[in-house]
Amino acid sequence: MDTGKKPARPAAAEPPASVARRKFINSVAAAAGGGCLLALGAGLYSKSASALPAQALRPPGALPEADFLAACVRCGLCVRDCPYDTLRLADLGDPVVAGTPYFNARQVPCEMCEDIPCVKACPTGALDRELTDINKAQMGLAALVDHESCLNFLGLRCDVCYRVCPVIDKAITLETQHNPRSDRHAMLLPTVHSDACTGCGKCEKSCVLPEAAIKVFPRKLAQGALPAHYRKGWEEKARHGGSLIGEQVELPVRGFEGPTAGRSATETVVAPAAPAAPIVPDAPSAAPRKAPPGINSNWKP
Amino acid sequence: MATSTISVDTLKASRRGFLARNRWLLLRRASQLLVLLAFLTGPWFGVWIAKGNLSSSLTLGVLPLTDPLLVLQTLATGHLPYSSALIGAAIVLVFYLLFGGRLFCSWVCPVNVVTDAAAWSRRRLGIKTGRVPDANTRNWLLGGILVAAAVTGTLVWEWVNPVSLLHRGLIFGMGGGLFVIVGIFIYDLLMASRGWCGHLCPMGAFYGLLGKKSLVRISAANRKACDDCMDCFAVCPEPQVIRPALKKVGQESPLILASDCTTCGRCIDVCDKQVFKMTHRFDQRSE
Repeated sequence: MDTGKKPARPAAAEPPASVARRKFINSVAAAAGGGCLLALGAGLYSKSASALPAQALRPPGALPEADFLAACVRCGLCVRDCPYDTLRLADLGDPVVAGTPYFNARQVPCEMCEDIPCVKACPTGALDRELTDINKAQMGLAALVDHESCLNFLGLRCDVCYRVCPVIDKAITLETQHNPRSDRHAMLLPTVHSDACTGCGKCEKSCVLPEAAIKVFPRKLAQGALPAHYRKGWEEKARHGGSLIGEQVELPVRGFEGPTAGRSATETVVAPAAPAAPIVPDAPSAAPRKAPPGINSNWKP
Repeated sequence: MATSTISVDTLKASRRGFLARNRWLLLRRASQLLVLLAFLTGPWFGVWIAKGNLSSSLTLGVLPLTDPLLVLQTLATGHLPYSSALIGAAIVLVFYLLFGGRLFCSWVCPVNVVTDAAAWSRRRLGIKTGRVPDANTRNWLLGGILVAAAVTGTLVWEWVNPVSLLHRGLIFGMGGGLFVIVGIFIYDLLMASRGWCGHLCPMGAFYGLLGKKSLVRISAANRKACDDCMDCFAVCPEPQVIRPALKKVGQESPLILASDCTTCGRCIDVCDKQVFKMTHRFDQRSE
């Protein structure tokens, strides 16, 4: 490739071949250096800016972020085929990688079209056509991030996020809790279930507060994960149809008389029902033991 | 067609009208504009001709077209795109292989308008500053972006690629990408004559490689008439391609065979002696 040019130059050049050769090597080195530097710079820049910001959600069926950035050619065909103008293409300077599609739930949420036109439009598979049921989409995960201003947590009956949820009663349920402030009412707490939430963002969009108390984040940000080797004893027990290690000695529980303390409306003491104790018997059990049993630990949901 | 107009024009060679002096330029601008409009009639008027952008598009709901270099980078990252992207890339690849790789640069690419404007301003203002990088830099950069895609597993070049930034920006809305485009204009204007398209752009390098054996060529068929006015050298975005054909340096053929030639036809426009014409690579005739 480079040598093709070489014969043309020395033909005109009077100086000895070594000078021409040095000049040639110099120019090739400069070109190689310049090219590599530019590519390296672009690579470094892409590394530093590749984290998805908290409020940017990918379209349904999007591959995991790293794979998505390898597959998406930034053509915007998904944007064009979105009937609700939910999706946008990021531009340079936006917190999302330039040219890639995203949406902001608080602005325009995903309407969860049954035929998923955005996925069909994608020519590269950055949006995976394996996704045929929009209810299985995992664009993000809703999280009720602000318990202090959520109206339901204040004891009111707002319920808007629950009612607009396209997967109502599966992705968001209302969990009844005793209201310890009034001591005579219930709180119906919107609770998100990660196995059913698609991350469409309708809950965040419709939250009546000036700043939404429930927000949708990319799953990686919103969700924790148990270590892979953890087994939940009660689940294993149910699956096995009995204890795996034989019957255990039932020790009497003192200080929590009555059925699962905190559930009955007459009690002011609200303590965690403490399922934690039997799972990891050693280290964490030391902490609860410090507090005298039965006394209000000021635990709040 | 080209030959007949030339024979008419040669009669009044010295004083040609505006249209004759800018025919290919106007055709090129029309082509660039039509490509852009094909994408814009949808969002503007609801008449969808082409959806997407130059990276990947769907025309009239049936014809997929995909930037082959982009697909190559995607493959380098280890992702195998769906067949529609592969077919689209194959169509584009075959088209430019056949007709002329860098036809893309001068007839489609929107950045061409920016760098042409910079080159025009540079000539007009008599700016001679700056230093151009080696023309081979683009080839190294082309290799570099493919290696970078393979190493990082992401489409590194698409983060900054001015070609897709500009075209996407024009269709989907322009933001920070504008700074890159202004940067290229300033670079070409003050720092390096034809620096971007002629020396750095890896897309141009890629299409140049595609066009090694392509059909559409410019020929210095009437090179005997050349009076060494240097107008063609001054206006050509890749001046080094002219000499072999015009001055028989290293070749007998009057055809401009170098794949760097973008077949923009500007040399045909500016030459008062009607030396050049648009033709195909098997046309070896010369006066």
